[in-house]
Amino acid sequence: MYSTSFDYYRPKNLKEAITLLRKHKDAKLLAGGHSLIPAMKLRVSSPSAVIDIARIRGLDGIKASKSGVRIGGMTTHAAVESSKDLHKTCPVLSETAGHIGDIQVRNRGTIGGSLAHADPAADYPTVLLALDADIVATGAKGKRKIPADEFFVDLFTTGLKAGEVLTEVSVPAMKAGQGACYLKHRHPASSYAVVGVAAFVALKNGVVKEARLAIGGVTSTPVLVESVDASLAGQPPSTKAISEACEDVPAALEYPLGDVYASGEYRTHLATVLSRRALTEAVSRAKKQK
Amino acid sequence: MKLPVSIAVNGSATSSEVEPRLLLVHYLRDVLGLTGTNVGCDTSQCGSCTVLIDGEAVKSCTVLAVQADGSDITTIEGLAQDGELHPIQQAFWDNHGLQCGFCTPGMILTATEILKKNPRADEHEVRHGLEGNICRCTGYENIVKSIVAAQSAKPAKKRASKKGAA
Amino acid sequence: MGYVGSSVKRVEDPRFIQGKGAYVANIELPKMVYLAVKRSPYGHAKITKINTKKAKAHPGVVAVFTGQDLIDSGVGVMPCGWNVPDIQIPVRQALTVDKARHVGDGIAVVAAEHPYIAADAVELIDVSYEPLPAVVDARKTTDVGVPQIHDNVAENTSFEWSLGDKEACDKAFSEADHIVDLELTNQRLIANAMEPRACVAQWNHATEEMTVWTTSQNPQPIRLLLSAFTLGIPENRLRVISPDVGGGFGSKIFHYPEEVITPWIAREINRPAKWVATRSESSVTDSQGRDHITLARMALKKDGEISGVHVSTWANMGGYLSTFAPLIPTAFYITLFAGLYKMKGVWGEVFGTITNTVPVDAYRGAGRPEASYVIERLVDVAAHELGMDPVELRRKNFIGKDEFPYQTPVALQYDSGDYHAIFDKATSIANYTKMRSDQDEARSSGRLVGVGVSGCIEASGPAPSAVAGALGSAVGFWESGVVRVHPSGKVTVLTGSHSHGQGHETTFAQIIADELGIDMGDIEVVHGDTGRIPFGMGTYGSRSAAVGGSALVKSAEKVREKLKKIAAHQLEASVEDMVYDQKEGKVYVKGSPDKAKPFGELAFAAYSAHNLPEGLEPGLDETSFYDPANFTFPNSAHIAQVEIDPETGEVDIQRYIAVDDVGNVINPMLVEAQIQGGIAQGAGQALWEQGVYDENGQLLTASLMEYAMPRAHAFPRFEIGRVETPSPHNPLGVKGAGEMGTIASTVCIANAVMDALAPLGIRHLDMPLTPEKIWNAISAVGQRTTAKVEYFGGD
Ligand SMILES: Cc1cc2nc3c(=O)[nH]c(=O)nc-3n(C[C@H](O)[C@H](O)[C@H](O)COP(=O)(O)OP(=O)(O)OC[C@H]3O[C@@H](n4cnc5c(N)ncnc54)[C@H](O)[C@@H]3O)c2cc1C
Ligand code: FES
Ligand code: FES
Repeated sequence: MYSTSFDYYRPKNLKEAITLLRKHKDAKLLAGGHSLIPAMKLRVSSPSAVIDIARIRGLDGIKASKSGVRIGGMTTHAAVESSKDLHKTCPVLSETAGHIGDIQVRNRGTIGGSLAHADPAADYPTVLLALDADIVATGAKGKRKIPADEFFVDLFTTGLKAGEVLTEVSVPAMKAGQGACYLKHRHPASSYAVVGVAAFVALKNGVVKEARLAIGGVTSTPVLVESVDASLAGQPPSTKAISEACEDVPAALEYPLGDVYASGEYRTHLATVLSRRALTEAVSRAKKQK
Repeated sequence: MKLPVSIAVNGSATSSEVEPRLLLVHYLRDVLGLTGTNVGCDTSQCGSCTVLIDGEAVKSCTVLAVQADGSDITTIEGLAQDGELHPIQQAFWDNHGLQCGFCTPGMILTATEILKKNPRADEHEVRHGLEGNICRCTGYENIVKSIVAAQSAKPAKKRASKKGAA
Repeated sequence: MGYVGSSVKRVEDPRFIQGKGAYVANIELPKMVYLAVKRSPYGHAKITKINTKKAKAHPGVVAVFTGQDLIDSGVGVMPCGWNVPDIQIPVRQALTVDKARHVGDGIAVVAAEHPYIAADAVELIDVSYEPLPAVVDARKTTDVGVPQIHDNVAENTSFEWSLGDKEACDKAFSEADHIVDLELTNQRLIANAMEPRACVAQWNHATEEMTVWTTSQNPQPIRLLLSAFTLGIPENRLRVISPDVGGGFGSKIFHYPEEVITPWIAREINRPAKWVATRSESSVTDSQGRDHITLARMALKKDGEISGVHVSTWANMGGYLSTFAPLIPTAFYITLFAGLYKMKGVWGEVFGTITNTVPVDAYRGAGRPEASYVIERLVDVAAHELGMDPVELRRKNFIGKDEFPYQTPVALQYDSGDYHAIFDKATSIANYTKMRSDQDEARSSGRLVGVGVSGCIEASGPAPSAVAGALGSAVGFWESGVVRVHPSGKVTVLTGSHSHGQGHETTFAQIIADELGIDMGDIEVVHGDTGRIPFGMGTYGSRSAAVGGSALVKSAEKVREKLKKIAAHQLEASVEDMVYDQKEGKVYVKGSPDKAKPFGELAFAAYSAHNLPEGLEPGLDETSFYDPANFTFPNSAHIAQVEIDPETGEVDIQRYIAVDDVGNVINPMLVEAQIQGGIAQGAGQALWEQGVYDENGQLLTASLMEYAMPRAHAFPRFEIGRVETPSPHNPLGVKGAGEMGTIASTVCIANAVMDALAPLGIRHLDMPLTPEKIWNAISAVGQRTTAKVEYFGGD
């Protein structure tokens, strides 16, 4: 299919982009285009103007330091997947990026676009929630930070305000005794996440100091299963403790989505299984992280 | 609205005035007449339309021509150099990596990317590298074989494949 | 020259690997208009009004037409080419006027200066509908409250058909020691050849000649149907071309509405016209596959002797009858119920029902995979229930290799085969005994490993025309072939069969090179253009080599005979004494090979005509029509090993072994590739693919976002073997290689999955065997038994 007609703008800098956004009320930012263009081709999205931010300098790139990682909104999935810095500081992000779509999609799609689009079947939102990331939005009045757990408001709806551009994502770096893992049940046709589970575990002296488990694909936004931290903290991360902690996963998944491929009930079940596996793997990585 | 675009395709400069909604694949096919790039779906799933933009494999049905303005594109028509087939093209021929040929341009261009990213890709990695490409004819076996064979033409050491090392 | 039997690289490939494939969608003609079709969003609805005003006024729109415009100008209804007794054939217009009967039913068409404009304008056509209740389930079409979809099809049942020896069947069951009962659904499939369908037409106003380019597996029959039924342009003024076609798998056999609309518009507005389907459009307009609900029973003796089967099937035909639709669940289905086995009491019946879904017709294998699925599932369940190894049970019932030709109780006469040999080879490649002991070991540690087996037979190479006629065909299924030798000795081979990936340009050149003893490089193979080869029946049913190849062999024989006459004349010998040396491509008098006349010289002599025997016409251009004496009967032994993740229900195909007997093999590399592609396609049905309609007839899997095509990472490397028992009744001894992979792999993988689940007491699940379905079954077992399922909770 072909999209309806629209006007196209290619602002030179962020300021111009924001001005254009404010001027054209139903305009859409265009980053990698790998969610927007498919939607426009199916005519489920018909903006009258498209503002291409891909060539604005400084919007992409990965800056890693001991304290944390900053990823520009226009950074492609491929760049995240292959970043040597990330492999050292926050490998789970690269792991997650590697699960997105396919080589071609990863070459175009961006982290900012994925987050701003807030597809419930996307991969990044889940892992960023588990990592307690911050999302940086820039608007006419400047920058503001939005914690991941406030960012995903609903299906395709985020905490971004009209006229704001997602410019950066900041993620804490993995420290000694910390580990994370992302597991995905891939839709056999679309390749999106039927269920995606991200687990983060911090160990100290052989017991769990903190555990964050996030689940995507099941509900309209990714969910942080808070009971997991409560149940694991202070415990040695045994198979039994992890399994027990995961028993609470279904309760955290209210109104699960279902489709032809997987019902809500099955997604909930998968989430439970993958949670156990992801936590187990995160623990084993945490043990190795020096 | 119509906008000017200048795009280098297979080493030649091209330019035209296009509607912003014109997809890159239609720019290649309809404006330039380069029909080697095929369209197999409307949801960005099949990979038939894969081309290289600035050296990277991309689904040209999911890119606007205006987004490609100023870039350098390689299509299947531009892969052979001086009348000599690209090693991957040759490998597809030698290993019967195609039947109807419709997915083939996309497969070959994706293969260039797989081998660029991982010059020693084994069978398992090649299969995963083809996640975005659908072939209905071959069952992929000879496509995978072709890609593995293309890289072994280079001095990279072959590793055992995880699956089906029979 | 010894080309036949060797893995010659394909001569067509250089154009494809360089992006020079000549697909229909690539054709651009001056002054062309681009078409887009307005389609019904409803499964079943009355059309009360069509308003095209806004669309017509849209800038860049050239014309808008509705079905009434076509009817008014005399366009005929879409034909059905297969008429079983007492069939009710629904009326199908190229664009429907009264009702929409499936989602995607065409209603109006826009012709515009650019495809994007056509897409815009289609949205401006305003159709008023009165939605009607719909039926999508083949078995529910006669239920109370279900509306009649077509006025002339009572109870939405288009036909009923049965075949077999009912008495013998009843006897087998009354004397049986063990009876297996199964209810099976063979789900709806979408062919999804990677090239979407397309059509281009050009009308020559001056000569009143029409050229139609279409993505067809059989341009010659399309020309006939366009001429005699729909468009009404006489055949001698109508040229139909199917250039390079990007896969077919059956879906490109049929005569489609767009093939009528496109040339009709080209003539109407006197401009070339082009229609190219989008993938989502293909999903709701390409004829789909399978969709059977079946009640099947098998009767056995204690020792495992199969004595009979009894099968009732509801075959979902969709909203209309597609071109060959009635053939598929009748003569291509029930006739295969004897399988590889000697059973006597075979009987089957089928109800062809009309529903508010996309029409169903042949899809790779066409009827025969459905039959194999029924029989091979029954055999497998029987083996489990009798506690026998599934290979042993099969072997016990095989038709012996000395029993051919073998007459089955369901009309067919099998030509040749050695079923023990294919199983010997398959079990040896698999190391079957070890596979089973490994499985036992895996099972004892709680893993769900399954080994599946299938032994399939197919009737391919359709068909003896008289038999086809008796079974309901409106046409004959011969093939034509021309061997045209040019004065220079170069050869053009023209065939009425068609390649859409099979590689005719290579294999047919191999055949003729060997027949004439010349270089393959001197031969060009031409197909797919009625302007160059007017007669033919196209490619489907794995018929190209067996029927099309045989026609060419006959023509080559005629060439050889003529050359012998010329040589005899020149060498002053008698024709009876002439030897045609097929290795060297020369003719000599018996006993004096040194004084031979080479092919090239004789070819030139045929045209110079300076010195021809008296009465012999100049020229060297031979045509033959070949009508096969019988079908051919490829057969196969496939073995699959799968492992199921007991927690998620995901299936991993670990090994796949395929041994096929496709008769003599012309090009092993190409045949093997046909099998490989077939295996993946069949696996797609077993594990992933499914056309799902909701109760209103909405297709919920209408794009590749929902319809799961097999992908590369889902497969191991296939392990392939071959046994050759030549078909005795065609000159090449070939059978057919295009469909067996698919026929055999679907049920083989289904059997493997069910074998993996057998220890849990799960007897049968319908395809596709998705993780959720398997998990549901496993967890139902968990709830039935109090024992904790072992596999949960390991590290
Ligand atoms: C075949 C295919 C398979 C895919 N598979 C997966 C998958 O498995 N997992 C997955 O997570 N995703 C998948 N995707 C989606 C892919 O990751 C997209 O690239 C991503 O979701 C959007 O990023 P983009 O840069 O392409 O954004 P665009 O498509 O350009 O934009 C998406 C939306 O975000 C807005 N937007 C973009 N950038 C910004 C910004 N900086 N600030 C504010 N708003 C912005 C746009 O206005 C638009 O509304 C797939 C896509 C395709 C085509
Ligand atoms: S045509 Fe581009 S992915 Fe299918
Ligand atoms: S060769 Fe036909 S789709 Fe791949």
